[in-house]
Amino acid sequence: MNKQTDRKDHHSWRKFKSGIVSGLTFCSAVLVIAPLALVFVYVLKSGIGAINFDFFTNLPKPVGVAGGGMANAIVGTLVLLALASVIGIPVGVLGGVFLAEYGTARVNAVLRFIADVLNGVPSIIWGVVVYGLIVLRFKSFSAYAGGLALALIMIPLILRTTEEVILLVPVGYREAALALGIARWKTILQIVVKTASRGIVTGILLALARVGGETAPLLFTAFGNRFWNHDLSEPIAALPLQIFTYAISPYDDWHRQAWAGALVLVTGVFCVNVLVRIVTRVRTASA
Amino acid sequence: MSPPSRFGDKVFYWLTLSMAFAVVLLVILIGWQLTLGSSYAVRRFGFGFLTGSAWDPVAEEFGALPFIYGTAVSSLIALLIAVPLSVATAVYLTELAPLWIRQPIVSLVEMLAAIPSVILGLWGIFVMVPWLRDYIFPFLQRILGWTPFFSGPIYGPSMLAGGIIVAIMILPIITSVSREILRSVPDLQREAAYALGATRWEVTRIAVLSYARKGLFGAVILGLGRALGETMAVTMVIGNTPQIAASLFKPGYTLASVIANEFTEATSDMYLQALFEIGLVLFGVTILVNLLAQLLLKTITAGADPGRVQ
Repeated sequence: MNKQTDRKDHHSWRKFKSGIVSGLTFCSAVLVIAPLALVFVYVLKSGIGAINFDFFTNLPKPVGVAGGGMANAIVGTLVLLALASVIGIPVGVLGGVFLAEYGTARVNAVLRFIADVLNGVPSIIWGVVVYGLIVLRFKSFSAYAGGLALALIMIPLILRTTEEVILLVPVGYREAALALGIARWKTILQIVVKTASRGIVTGILLALARVGGETAPLLFTAFGNRFWNHDLSEPIAALPLQIFTYAISPYDDWHRQAWAGALVLVTGVFCVNVLVRIVTRVRTASA
Repeated sequence: MSPPSRFGDKVFYWLTLSMAFAVVLLVILIGWQLTLGSSYAVRRFGFGFLTGSAWDPVAEEFGALPFIYGTAVSSLIALLIAVPLSVATAVYLTELAPLWIRQPIVSLVEMLAAIPSVILGLWGIFVMVPWLRDYIFPFLQRILGWTPFFSGPIYGPSMLAGGIIVAIMILPIITSVSREILRSVPDLQREAAYALGATRWEVTRIAVLSYARKGLFGAVILGLGRALGETMAVTMVIGNTPQIAASLFKPGYTLASVIANEFTEATSDMYLQALFEIGLVLFGVTILVNLLAQLLLKTITAGADPGRVQ
């Protein structure tokens, strides 16, 4: 009898312990997402007051002159992303196609491994590499150099996502096309890649959202510019760079501008992420 | 897989092959550029570069020790904060949380990962650092001031602030990779433990965590790799002073930060060479750490690819 109550007590103690751990791990989860909420609230609060129509249409004003905007930086970021896409997307997507369609298991394992390790390379290192490769050679910071640095970061990202979504295309699609006598490369491009295109685009968008917020690789490649860039072989402004410059400056007015820039950048990055999430949810729901 | 016979197939095959092997080229490119850019510095300073603590561009004296120290300490602080929180969150998300709450939290963690480093740094400068300086640091000093780590005058931008911001940066990756690892634990493990009458936590501890230990270690190492290379946010809050001080309230400097801050100001060739060598050191360390992480993760989750998680 005594033994039985002991066991019962012990059992409720064990259940209690389980409950405690659940509570503690829940608190951890709250702490992990707390910074997101805090950053978001402050960016919104400080950014919304500083943002206005001029911010999107004007060039930065010199210190002490009120107003001014980051029009050149916003356009600059878009130009850099376009340049990065020109190199990053074809290399990443076609490389991913190779892994999914042609590569042998051993080669793929090695390439995948290298791509994953590349994803872990600090982004500032890419800046140093492109500096040595382009800036030193042509003796000028340039939009091209900045675009290349971002492209090199994008390649392993896009390669991995492309491979993954292409592998999801049923083998039957390929067999059906090949059985009709369609060349393999046409089958891959017109049937397989097309079927997987939504997933591939998702991967590309996520990669763009990631590199669009990168600052470190642009510091000594794109360099930044207070004016419009009229020649891609000249330095160009970028939103993250401008935010950095303004944030570490001693001027209150520039700090306000930095928050406004942060609001624009965060909105852009989050929009892409949310959009992608909705699109992928639709896809998995219909599949 | 038969070799392609038609001309178009051949072209396409070689085209995609060369693009896939671009990743190999990229690794070679990084190694080559960094070695090339730092060759004179390597020859001139030799091994002393890693152990020297003087950083005086005017006298052309370059020692990387303060930066190596700063990177190591800030990463260590980051891991001490981020690992328990991330792993606990991953456990909560895979084992303990009610089903309806899991996906929203996972999405929020991914959103945190999407915040650009420079924005976290901006928030760090204007919100986190003043808050730490006015409330948290004095509090820490009151209870732990007798240790050398929390003694001395309190600065806002400091090694501790740097470590905390890096912790925030690596929370998402450790959480999501740990979650993948825990999800790859076979359900049979759990069922067996449940069948023995274990409670939820006992199942997690006995059947899941012990099974996933190696993979979780891989997740931590992957987080370490990101921590070592984190640049913008840490540059904005660590104070950027090349010194080796016991007190975590004192400013520090990291390998990545010194490159970010001084690269465009490098006036002499040797200065630039020294910064390239800093890059080489940083690349060498992160590549080793990442290799280790990938090896640990690959052996655990054959098939799944946690390395891709951002």
